[in-house]
Amino acid sequence: MAATLPPPRLLPSGDSAVTVEFSRTIDDAANERVLALDKALAASPIDGITETVPTYRSLLVHYDPGKIGFDALGEKLLALASQPLPPAARARRWRIPVAYGGEHGIDLEDVAKALNTTPDDIVARHVAGDYRVAMIGFTPGWSYLSGLDKSLHMSRRQSPRLFTPAGTISIGGIQAGIQCLAAPSGWHLLGRTPVRTYQLHRNPTFLTEPGDRVTFFAIDHKTFEEQDRAAEAGEIIAEQVIA
Amino acid sequence: MSRLVIASIGPASSVQDGGRHGAQRYGLTVSGAMDRLSLAAANTLVGNEPFAAVVEIGPFGATFTAKDGAVRVAIAGAPRNADVAGKPVAMDTSVTLKDGEALTLGFARGGAFTYLAIEGGIKGEPVFGSLAVNARAGLGSPYPRPLQAGDEFTVDAASGAPELRIELPKPASGPIRVLLGPQDDEFDDANKALFLDSEWKISATSDRMGYRLEGPAIKHLHGHNIVSDGTVNGSIQVPGNGAPIALMMDRGTSGGYPKIATVITADVGRLAQTSAGTAFRFLEVTMAEAQEEARKFAQLIRNLPDRLRSSDTVELNIEALSDANVAGYAVSAVDAGTWQVTAEP
Repeated sequence: MAATLPPPRLLPSGDSAVTVEFSRTIDDAANERVLALDKALAASPIDGITETVPTYRSLLVHYDPGKIGFDALGEKLLALASQPLPPAARARRWRIPVAYGGEHGIDLEDVAKALNTTPDDIVARHVAGDYRVAMIGFTPGWSYLSGLDKSLHMSRRQSPRLFTPAGTISIGGIQAGIQCLAAPSGWHLLGRTPVRTYQLHRNPTFLTEPGDRVTFFAIDHKTFEEQDRAAEAGEIIAEQVIA
Repeated sequence: MSRLVIASIGPASSVQDGGRHGAQRYGLTVSGAMDRLSLAAANTLVGNEPFAAVVEIGPFGATFTAKDGAVRVAIAGAPRNADVAGKPVAMDTSVTLKDGEALTLGFARGGAFTYLAIEGGIKGEPVFGSLAVNARAGLGSPYPRPLQAGDEFTVDAASGAPELRIELPKPASGPIRVLLGPQDDEFDDANKALFLDSEWKISATSDRMGYRLEGPAIKHLHGHNIVSDGTVNGSIQVPGNGAPIALMMDRGTSGGYPKIATVITADVGRLAQTSAGTAFRFLEVTMAEAQEEARKFAQLIRNLPDRLRSSDTVELNIEALSDANVAGYAVSAVDAGTWQVTAEP
C-alpha cells in the first residue's frame, strides 16, 4: 500500500457539516477509508466535531462553526484522511437467520423468474454471500450491505412499495439490505429475519456497526415465528462469530 | 403537580425539543423543533433551558386547560390569536393559567409552527437525550406520536413569577440563504442559475420530513441516482422529477438524490415558517458569510435571557390587532403603545 493515499474531496453540506467524499461509486476500498477516518476521529477527536455519519463512499462530519471553521477543519480532515490505512482489525461477523419466500419474501419467485432460475437457487446464492455492513441509514438499523453476488444485481422496482415489513431482507441494484422497521422500499423482498438490528430498550440498542461482516442462513417459517417472539422479548437471536 | 390537558389540537402537532443527536450513524433521525429560535424564545420566557421539550403546534388551532392547579406557559413562533378566558395573550409572552382556565390558540396567521413552553418543562423518558417525537421510529415521550385531544402533561405548579415578554429581533425577510453543494457538480450552470434565480413556493404536501418546492424543473447532468450519502437539516435534494425537496427535521439520515444546495443554519427556521403557497427565492452566500450567520444565530439564542422584559409594559389593543390582521398583515407588539406591522412574507 502506498505511503499516502489520494486526498478525498471536501464538499460543504451547509455551514455546519462537511462531506468527506472518497468515491462517487460504491467501492469497498473507499468504504474502508471512510470507516478508517471515522475511527481515527473517534480515537483522537477534533474539537468542534459534534457527530460523524459514515456512508458507502463518504463521511459526513457535523461540526459547530462557533468552535472551528470550514477551512481549519478541512485541513485537519485531509491530513487524517491521507494517512495510510491501519492494518484491518478483525471484523465482527453476524450470522443472521432468514425465512425466505412465501409471505415473508413476496418477490422471491419474481426475482427467480427474472433471472431465469428457481427460488431455491436465488436463496442459495443469497446465503452464499459474504457481506459487509457498508453503512446504516434511512431508518434506524437499516443496514446497507456490500458483497451481493453479481448474478443477483438487478434494478429496483419501477414503483416503490409504500409499506414493507419490519425485518425485511431485500436486494436492490448491487446492494443487499437488512431492514429493521417497517418502511417504504423499492427493493426486492426475499425474506424476513426475526433479528432486530435496532431495539430501543435492549442492550445494545443497535446491533450492527459499519464494517461488520454478515452472512445469512435459511430458517423455516415456524422457526421464524418462535425466534420473532424471542426477539420481541429482547433476545439478540443473531449469532456473533468470533473469527 | 398540576396537569395541562389538551382540549383540542390540530394535526402536525407534537412534543419537540433540540433534537436527538449522536445516532445518525445508526439511521436515527434527529427530529426536533422546526423553528429553533422560537423554541428557545418560548422556553426562555418560562425559565427553561433553550432547547427543552415544548409542544410544537401545527397550523391549526389548539386549546390547553390547566387542571389541579395553575400552570405557567409561554407562546412564540407563528403568530396567532390567543386568549385566556377571553383575555388576549400576545405572542412572545408568558401567561399563567389558573386552575380550570384554558389557553385558546387560533389558526397560524403566516408561518406554520407555534411553540408552547411549560414552566418546568415536559416530563418524559428521554431517548438519546431527547423527548422529540419521531413517529416512524416510535420515539418521543410522553407520547411517541402526534398529539391529540385528551392527551395531558403532568407539569410543575406555576411559580407565580411575574409575566414576561421577549423582545426578538425583527424577523429577517428576503431570500432564504443557501450554500451550493454538496452535489452542485451534478447540475450544469444553467440549472444552478435556474435554481437560484427562480421564484419558489412550498407545496401543501410538505411535512416535518421535507418541504416540497414548486417551481421550474431542475435537470441533472448525470441522472438522479447517486450513491446514498449523509443529509443535514436544510439539504435541498433534487429527485428524478426535478422538483426540489428541502429536507427538514424528520429527514432520513441518508439519501440517494443529488443535493444541489443547503439552507444556512440561520435560515432553516425561517424556511420552516414559510407558509405553503408563499413565493420566495434563494440566495447563494459564501461559506464565510454562512458561518458568521450561524455564529450570530447561536449567540442570539444564548443571549435570549437579556431580551426578557416585564410584560406589563405592553398595553394590548386588540382592535388594532384584529383590524391589521384582517388586512392581511402580521402584527406583533414591539413596545408600549407601538406596533410592528409587516406584510406577511
